[in-house]
Amino acid sequence: MDWLYLMMPIAGVNIFWPGLVILGLGVGIIGGFFGLGGAWMVTPGLNILGFPMAFAIGTDVAQMAGKSLISTMRHGRFGNVDYLLGITMLVGTVVGVEIGAQMVMWLERIGRVDQVVRWIYVVLLACIAWIVFADVAKRKAKEREALQAGKEVSNLESGLDWGAKLQAIRIPPMVHFKQAGVYCSMWLPVCVAVFTGWLAGILGIGGGLIRMPALVYLIGCPTHLAVGTDLFEVAISGLYATASFTYKGRTELLAAVIMLCGAAIGAQIGVVATKYVKGYGIRIVFGLAVIGCLVSVLLRQLASIFPDARVILNNLAAADVLGFVSAISIYITVKMVSGAKAEIAAKKQAAGN
Amino acid sequence: MKKLRRVWAFVFCCALSLILLAPSLAAAAGGGAKPIAIVADTRFIENDLLHWWAQMYNESHLTFALMTMIIIPLLGCVLGFVADFFMKMTGINLEHRELAEK
Repeated sequence: MDWLYLMMPIAGVNIFWPGLVILGLGVGIIGGFFGLGGAWMVTPGLNILGFPMAFAIGTDVAQMAGKSLISTMRHGRFGNVDYLLGITMLVGTVVGVEIGAQMVMWLERIGRVDQVVRWIYVVLLACIAWIVFADVAKRKAKEREALQAGKEVSNLESGLDWGAKLQAIRIPPMVHFKQAGVYCSMWLPVCVAVFTGWLAGILGIGGGLIRMPALVYLIGCPTHLAVGTDLFEVAISGLYATASFTYKGRTELLAAVIMLCGAAIGAQIGVVATKYVKGYGIRIVFGLAVIGCLVSVLLRQLASIFPDARVILNNLAAADVLGFVSAISIYITVKMVSGAKAEIAAKKQAAGN
Repeated sequence: MKKLRRVWAFVFCCALSLILLAPSLAAAAGGGAKPIAIVADTRFIENDLLHWWAQMYNESHLTFALMTMIIIPLLGCVLGFVADFFMKMTGINLEHRELAEK
């Protein structure tokens, strides 16, 4: 079975290459569907496959840039990318990430940065999950109220309308993001991007996990647009991160290329699935993914607090990530296949008539 | 809704205080590690292409980084077009979608 293992020329480790393809496929599906880079699942995944942590992170950002580019191309053809909004936010993201990175270096100089960062991560993920499910509950309450009044809620309306309130703050210059259907002060996306970039910089993540809900809840973007626009940003910031990690010698290109082959297929499945799932469907599954990620981070944090149970807790964290990734990937694939089948059947029926 | 706002304010304050208190929480530990230089071991690489790639890594990280920066987006575009081509063959409409939240 030697042919199933490949020697990585830079990291110098023998890697089970079908594992890389499967990992790429999974992150392609989930990333394309939610608009995420997926570092929270790929980095531990690469580590489990045998990469040292430094190479796992560098290789992850390299494949993330390529994969997000593939997904952005597909989302772009659906009209799900607001390039002007993406570029506007990119400016804020760069500033925010830099502030966050400087803050981490300052924390590093004075001590235990890992513990602090992980707890911030836990609080943040808990907040995101709470916002998503509070929004779902609010939307249901609105529907119930409308039903009692004999009315109907617009299919574009959200439960939480923070975006609309923030859009109402008119500080010049005002910008119309046509594709996203958002008219707001230019400072709104810039400030949101600085905030999400700062958090991403502190946590050392790509930021999609924070930016996608921020686009929906703070800027008031429709979910599909938030997914596509976020991927555009992930692709650009991923390229920058790739340059940085590669220059430091921490990227295994061969592994990134193998993963990209799987991700190319996965991204198509994930992006096309958004055609058949409504915005709230994406939001609910995203909320579940955040909970999966939260449990994994909590388990790793507990592992560092209780060294005696470290092995069990780390294994549980890995099992949690793999379980969630598999379950969500299967759900998205089923949705895509059933939606495509129904569309093709409807087309045939229309042609028959 | 008022209750929801109060819960949100509480969670926000907790998150904010955690961020603000982070430096004092971390004050007790030691300094950071020194950077490590990694060298690719080319002695056991049999494939010529991989050998050349590892050799380039050892000689210049800048060339290595530039090559990676060219290869990744290029490969992303090529794979994107190829996957798109095959997806179009399924007969699905890949140009339009209905924008609806519910």
